[in-house]
Amino acid sequence: MADINVRIEEFDVVIVGAGGAGLAAAVQTGMAGLKTAVISEVYPTRSHTVSAQGGINAALANMDEDYWIWHMYDTVKGGDYIGDQDAMEFFTKNAPKTIIELEHWGMPFSRTETGNVYQRAFGGQTRNFGESVAHRACAVADRSGHAILHTLFERTLRSDIVQYVSYYSEYYALKLLMNEEGHAMGVVAWDMVNGGLHIFFSYAVIFATGGNTRNFRTNTNAHVNTGIGWTLCAKAGIPIKDPEFIQFHPTGIYGVGNLITEGVRGEGGYLLNAQGERFMKKYAPHVLDLASRDVVSRGMASEIREGRGVGPKKDHILLKLDHLGHDFIMDKLPGIWELAYKFVGVDCTKDPIPVQPTAHYHMGGIPTNINGEVVKWEGDEEVAIPGLYAAGECACASVHGANRLGCNSLLDLVITGKQAGFNAAKWIKEEKPVFPNPPEEFVAEKYAKDVMDKLNELFDGPEGSVTMDEIWEDLRDTMQANMSVFRIEEGMKKQLEIIDGYFEKFKNVGLTDKSKVFNTELVEYFDLESLLYVSKLETAAALNRTESRGAHYRDDYPERDDANWMKHTAAYLKEDGSVELEYKPVRTKPLTAPTFQPKKRVY
Amino acid sequence: MALNVGDKVVFKIFRYDPEKDKAPYYKDYEVTITRTGMMVLDGLNQIKWEQDPTLTYRRSCREGVCGSDGMNINGVNTVSCMSHIEDYNSNVLTIKPLAGFPIIKDLVCDFEDFLNKYYVVKPYLIEKTPPPGRERLQSIEDRKKLDGLYECILCGCCSSSCPSYWADPDYLGPSAMLNAARYVFDTRDEGSDERLDAVNSVHGVWRCHTILNCISACPKELNPTKAIAELQKEILKRKY
Repeated sequence: MADINVRIEEFDVVIVGAGGAGLAAAVQTGMAGLKTAVISEVYPTRSHTVSAQGGINAALANMDEDYWIWHMYDTVKGGDYIGDQDAMEFFTKNAPKTIIELEHWGMPFSRTETGNVYQRAFGGQTRNFGESVAHRACAVADRSGHAILHTLFERTLRSDIVQYVSYYSEYYALKLLMNEEGHAMGVVAWDMVNGGLHIFFSYAVIFATGGNTRNFRTNTNAHVNTGIGWTLCAKAGIPIKDPEFIQFHPTGIYGVGNLITEGVRGEGGYLLNAQGERFMKKYAPHVLDLASRDVVSRGMASEIREGRGVGPKKDHILLKLDHLGHDFIMDKLPGIWELAYKFVGVDCTKDPIPVQPTAHYHMGGIPTNINGEVVKWEGDEEVAIPGLYAAGECACASVHGANRLGCNSLLDLVITGKQAGFNAAKWIKEEKPVFPNPPEEFVAEKYAKDVMDKLNELFDGPEGSVTMDEIWEDLRDTMQANMSVFRIEEGMKKQLEIIDGYFEKFKNVGLTDKSKVFNTELVEYFDLESLLYVSKLETAAALNRTESRGAHYRDDYPERDDANWMKHTAAYLKEDGSVELEYKPVRTKPLTAPTFQPKKRVY
Repeated sequence: MALNVGDKVVFKIFRYDPEKDKAPYYKDYEVTITRTGMMVLDGLNQIKWEQDPTLTYRRSCREGVCGSDGMNINGVNTVSCMSHIEDYNSNVLTIKPLAGFPIIKDLVCDFEDFLNKYYVVKPYLIEKTPPPGRERLQSIEDRKKLDGLYECILCGCCSSSCPSYWADPDYLGPSAMLNAARYVFDTRDEGSDERLDAVNSVHGVWRCHTILNCISACPKELNPTKAIAELQKEILKRKY
């Protein structure tokens, strides 16, 4: 038996993930004076929020007249009407004061001539319910994600918060603990640096584990974005809401996938096909390249499919921005210049950047209400699970519906993170729940036996006859082929069989590295396992939704079908590894605004 | 030296597993160029995924903003994900962990001391008067003062390249002081006096001997030496 050290610690709140959402939550629990542990696979400033570029939406009206209700309308329409409108109202209404708060905390926003926060145009953002393009994205050059992540992290370093927030960096969460009544009671995690298990007991657990598109060939995600939050919750019996809605960002760098911000188009850049044609005028006659991302990605993919793609393989599109001028690009888009130059050798002040639609973001996730509480359904009724919260990309309050608008994700992570942290603190203080005090001696045996068994098997077992690379490489190709911008029944059915095959193969994967110190092979093992579950949930839900809505487009069902499909997917992972699908009502009633009724989406 | 698809480059990598190795050693791996523009990180991934899963290094964003993969490649500190293999003009790349940092395993080193020094400079906005009901105003010119300071990714490349940092265990180092400057020169900040006090010592700004290694080591092309000089000027201006 491998000698696995177990340590037990007690906190008021455990936050899994230290990206923007986790840190926004930590600010709240820290300010409330609650002892908080933040567990993260990487040091907080290395989380993938850091890669966001364009900005964060709010109707601040610094550039032109703007109101939250216009922002809300755009968000509802962008989400193809399946978003929960109470959450969307809360989200857009609270956006301006969220930006002000970030500014007060030191976020180094770009500025206007008057010294106000600079705002740029972005896809799908309009004034007066679709009339003209809005300038709503508050930007820090093209490094808004870096700025927001550092600002939130730095906030937790202040003396009034730092004494309550403990960072467990380079800890990998392996299990969500729930008690017999179905309350969250803690997390089991692997200490990557020293080896060994930590069992964290707490009143409340907040998941903020971010995205998971590392299962696609070209994606904008970091190596750490493997969906462990989805997997741990799904294994604990919590359904994943709307996993079929996966956003493909129009402009990932061709071949490598690194993100080129939509801000390039917001500032006046545009897309060209092989014939040098501004093809977006065919797909979005009013706003062209600033249509919502699903529309632009489909436009690009259609051009490529019809033979008008660029390059010897006719498989990509060009993004032109040199006409913006050298000085403007270096002032407002310096990070883009660097990425294009480094990754494809293009000096974008002179030449266009080769781009392609690239897996980017999950609109769906761990189901929550507007308080950040994770919910389960009793019939059609949403019931909060005591002590369990989720925020940011891994969660789904459905503020993005079936397609997220650019710059709504940074807003999502600050607002839902804050909500989760604030409401967890409020619940602990007001409801005074009983602390999950387990019997000392048997804790590891009782709560982490399955995890221990797995680790022992991996450390003591054979190196395995299948390499992870074999499965992972193939997974990326097949998901890209069958689950990307255009989907069809035959392909998705095949993909489900292929995924089951991967699970069979995965049983024969072992570890070559038996060291307990910083074993990144072990981490990749759990990453890959998680991505297999994520892929299965996505594919099963996509196959069953026989309509096209937002980012989910089916060649065999090209129209939106409100009569039959105006409902959320709840995808359950069963113990035998199968996926069971239920459907739940959309919360169409906003808090105070009138409901925006479904209309045909035209951009 | 142009590399073509199919060419081979040797990665000579520093290896050390504290659980089984008495001393560190170098191991050679052959990396095959599979596309133009391959980065050193792509080469490391190729080794880990196809040849030797025990090879250990940090990585995350693979686009030079998370700061996970600072390391020393052919004598120069940088992040591996933004370093083209062919730019080294060599058939052999010698890859080592960041100098001056304790080693955990292979290319992974311990950042605790480095980060503790970052915390010393109070890297957060300090306000003494309550902010207004809207955003604070800041002119474009004042905001420009933060360019070249706020972009730090805490990769450790600068501090690890600094001989003064190696020689003086208490030296705050270029990274921490660049982060001090980021707030000292922010017109919204009201905590500069305490922050300047934190760096005004022989282990702070006065330990910098303008060796300038930090400038060439920074993968974000920031200039910590200049930031330190600006802090020195600011201290003299305020105190004397």
